[in-house]
Amino acid sequence: MNRFALPLGLFALLAVVLAIGIKHSPDKGTIASPLIGKAAPEFSLPSLTDASRIVKSSDLRGRWYVFNVWGTWCGGCRLEHNVLLQMRHADVVPIIGLDWRDNDAEALSLLSQLGNPYELIAVDHDGREAIDWGVYGAPETFLVNDQGVVVYKYIGPLTQEAWEREFLPRLPAKQAEKS
Amino acid sequence: MMRGCLIALLVSLVLCATAAYAVDPTQMPTPALQARYLSLTHELRCMQCQNEAIADSPVDLAADLRRQVRDMLLAGRTDDDVRNFMVARYGEFILFRPRMSMRNLWLWLTPGLLLGVGALVAVRIVQQRSRLVPQDNEPLEEDIRS
Repeated sequence: MNRFALPLGLFALLAVVLAIGIKHSPDKGTIASPLIGKAAPEFSLPSLTDASRIVKSSDLRGRWYVFNVWGTWCGGCRLEHNVLLQMRHADVVPIIGLDWRDNDAEALSLLSQLGNPYELIAVDHDGREAIDWGVYGAPETFLVNDQGVVVYKYIGPLTQEAWEREFLPRLPAKQAEKS
Repeated sequence: MMRGCLIALLVSLVLCATAAYAVDPTQMPTPALQARYLSLTHELRCMQCQNEAIADSPVDLAADLRRQVRDMLLAGRTDDDVRNFMVARYGEFILFRPRMSMRNLWLWLTPGLLLGVGALVAVRIVQQRSRLVPQDNEPLEEDIRS
């Protein structure tokens, strides 16, 4: 009996470690953002749609918003475009866009073709703002609460299912009811 | 034949060398800054390609991060300032050499712990064996009688 206790114990320990590994394997490849639970980066950037306007994070304080990083060069962004349009249509939470490393004229022409899901679009030509948000590949979508704190980050093209499963339940109840 | 191989090897080595330099032509104003710049860009992971350092990666994000490192060093920030800046935005994963923290403490301590257990077992075995030796040397009763 005693002879088997140690090997059996070690085996059980190894099984637990491997089980934890297998359980977490679906999020392999996506990296949890250290921004979650922290204040969203402050920004003050030119607006894509209105040259005279500056998009400021301080103007967004007091409201929940979705912060979506995209670019015309980004194929995944094209995939999620319809989902974003539906979100705008449902009018649950405003979507703020960050046009990342892009050409303004191309971005505007794409939006006029496909429709504009964004309430405001900030322009990040040189990629400095994206670094502050820890962006490593578009599309990436953040949910920011009315205190200006990052609540959630989604990596990759948004789907209707992800919107319903990850975003809606995190929104305040009376806002989510609208959808 | 042998010579042909050598020449081919030399040519491919030269090609590799130029390819490595083509990614990042940045020159810092002093050799000391250049050395720090190179060491930092080699220890930061390119998050898009994940197994490459930002020093070696041709993607735009790596170029942006190299520019960030360069700007911070030129502004007189320390190496740790740069590391902390990156970790605050991208997480510990951006460092190729993870730092010790409460979360990974057990990973750092386990090898030492195992070594300790092994040493303890070894000491006990040696002690048991050495206790056996004097007993073995005592003459058997039959030997004494004869």
